[in-house]
Amino acid sequence: MATITIDGVRHVANLARLEFNDEETAHFTEQLARILDYIGKLNELETDDVPPTSHIHPHQIFILGSEEGAPHVAKPDAVKPSYPIEEVLANAPEPEEGYFGVPRVVDRG
Amino acid sequence: MPLYELTAHALHEKLKAREITAQELTEAVYERIAEVEPHVKGYLTLTKDIALEQASRADEGFQNGDEMPPLAGIPIAIKDVICTKNVRTTCGSKILENFVPPYNATVMTKLHAQGVVMVGKTNMDEFAMGSSTENSAYQITHNPWDLDTIPGGSSGGSAAVVSADTAVCSLGSDTGGSIRQPAALCGVVGMKPTYGRVSRYGLVAFASSLDQIGPFTKDVTDCALLLNAICGSDARDATSVDAPVPDFTQCLINDVEGLKIGVPKEYFTPALDADIADNVHAAIAVLEGLGATVEEVSLPHTEYAIATYYIIAPAEASANLARYDGVRYGYRNENPEDLISMYKKTRSEGFGEEVKRRIMLGTFALSAGYQDAYYKKAQKVRTLIKSDFDAAFEKVDVIATPTSPTPAFKIGERTADPLQMYLSDVMTTPASHAGLPGISIPCGLVKSGLPVGLQLLGAPFAEENVLRVAYTFEQNTEHHQQKPQIQTNGVG
Repeated sequence: MATITIDGVRHVANLARLEFNDEETAHFTEQLARILDYIGKLNELETDDVPPTSHIHPHQIFILGSEEGAPHVAKPDAVKPSYPIEEVLANAPEPEEGYFGVPRVVDRG
Repeated sequence: MPLYELTAHALHEKLKAREITAQELTEAVYERIAEVEPHVKGYLTLTKDIALEQASRADEGFQNGDEMPPLAGIPIAIKDVICTKNVRTTCGSKILENFVPPYNATVMTKLHAQGVVMVGKTNMDEFAMGSSTENSAYQITHNPWDLDTIPGGSSGGSAAVVSADTAVCSLGSDTGGSIRQPAALCGVVGMKPTYGRVSRYGLVAFASSLDQIGPFTKDVTDCALLLNAICGSDARDATSVDAPVPDFTQCLINDVEGLKIGVPKEYFTPALDADIADNVHAAIAVLEGLGATVEEVSLPHTEYAIATYYIIAPAEASANLARYDGVRYGYRNENPEDLISMYKKTRSEGFGEEVKRRIMLGTFALSAGYQDAYYKKAQKVRTLIKSDFDAAFEKVDVIATPTSPTPAFKIGERTADPLQMYLSDVMTTPASHAGLPGISIPCGLVKSGLPVGLQLLGAPFAEENVLRVAYTFEQNTEHHQQKPQIQTNGVG
């Protein structure tokens, strides 16, 4: 397994939408490298023929219109009432005319 | 004995006989809070107005002679990761400092249907990431048994308030041991049900394939009562399982004759505190003396559980926590240059260090070029860990282990070294990978006076075996009756 470099940490931070100053970047690089080194222990195991477990209960694939009462199938496509707009916006940092306000993303140019 | 020290089932009898009212009981719990909470610091939010109103409603029912559910009028605390309608839910994070959910988690709807009294919301490691509750953005919770030590985590607040008698019972959540480990360290009963038993709707997501809600209680009977209240499938959680939910009080049978208990040799390593090993071996001997058959089993992939966990849980967390972007709720940076800078500044200022570390770890494990080597590899090892348990449960009914390799450690002792903190979960994460039901019950004290937990694990949906063994142990021992002497004049 590869380890992680300062540039790698900068790249991952950007993917994760986080930012760090140089000191924090160095700190995280050191810590993550140490944790990944420990995780490298998994390479002691031969797993080529082992299927991955994403979830402990076998799941049916979600298919619309599959048998009624079968486990974990999609719900009927029925309209149900949702929360009132004012309740949904009550926690929004910048509600604006019934919408979530964000910094401008389109140039008016 | 003061009212706040009693179990829910003992209190129910008194409420039913109208020896006490729910309002008296609630007042007694808040008096206890006034006395010890400044030292324990288990709560982030107290909801006394709501509690007294709920108590008065329960009293009306008792006075009318209505058939009241077993938890009616019982003061309960809720981990602050569970959404409570109109009551602030912070997840121990600055990013949700002012978040007031517009809806109740399904477990809250179910508890309200029972008529419980909500005392408050409990402290936790931020987004349930931690083993000591020191990662809370708000406060350090102190272990009632020794205020210089941590209560465990991440549900440290929920464990500490039951231990300190500032709630009769509580709810927590367990991803890699976050109910069982603090229950052990605080000397209370804590149970993680089978993955899928309890709806996760309204549980703020950390690692969705592992997270499960469960109870902290003063004894196993109360644990069964809380499980009865919260289990069951839910259309709002596609991972909740539509399996029949038994009446868990029916498995409170004081008899283990004929039950087979497996003891996995891989859990008794040199890293295990010798005093804890002695207590756990003594507890297993008690069960053997009561008629259980005890045999050694092997779970050969135990030593890989932590490495596997610290890929899978952060990977899922990195995806789940992408939603905290400052747009719809929570903290937002006030001076961003543009949208991307708003995301970055909001998240960097709102999240604490451990949460950032796990988001980084998870994002790395899922990033192009590394996904197969890390994430997929971990999922494959998860299969091996689960297969170990499947094989063991062909031979035995219940597996008995220590819950934690050490008793409660000192505040600050492990914060500088994340990896050492992660290894606190070495005894609890294996069962999490396999989605198993597991309970931690008090089984003694180490020489320094701190509690030891016995972990009992069952096959998926075999909570009944786990509860039966736990109940039998409790009925034949007195460990669960020991209470901490909180040093209200000392540190804290």
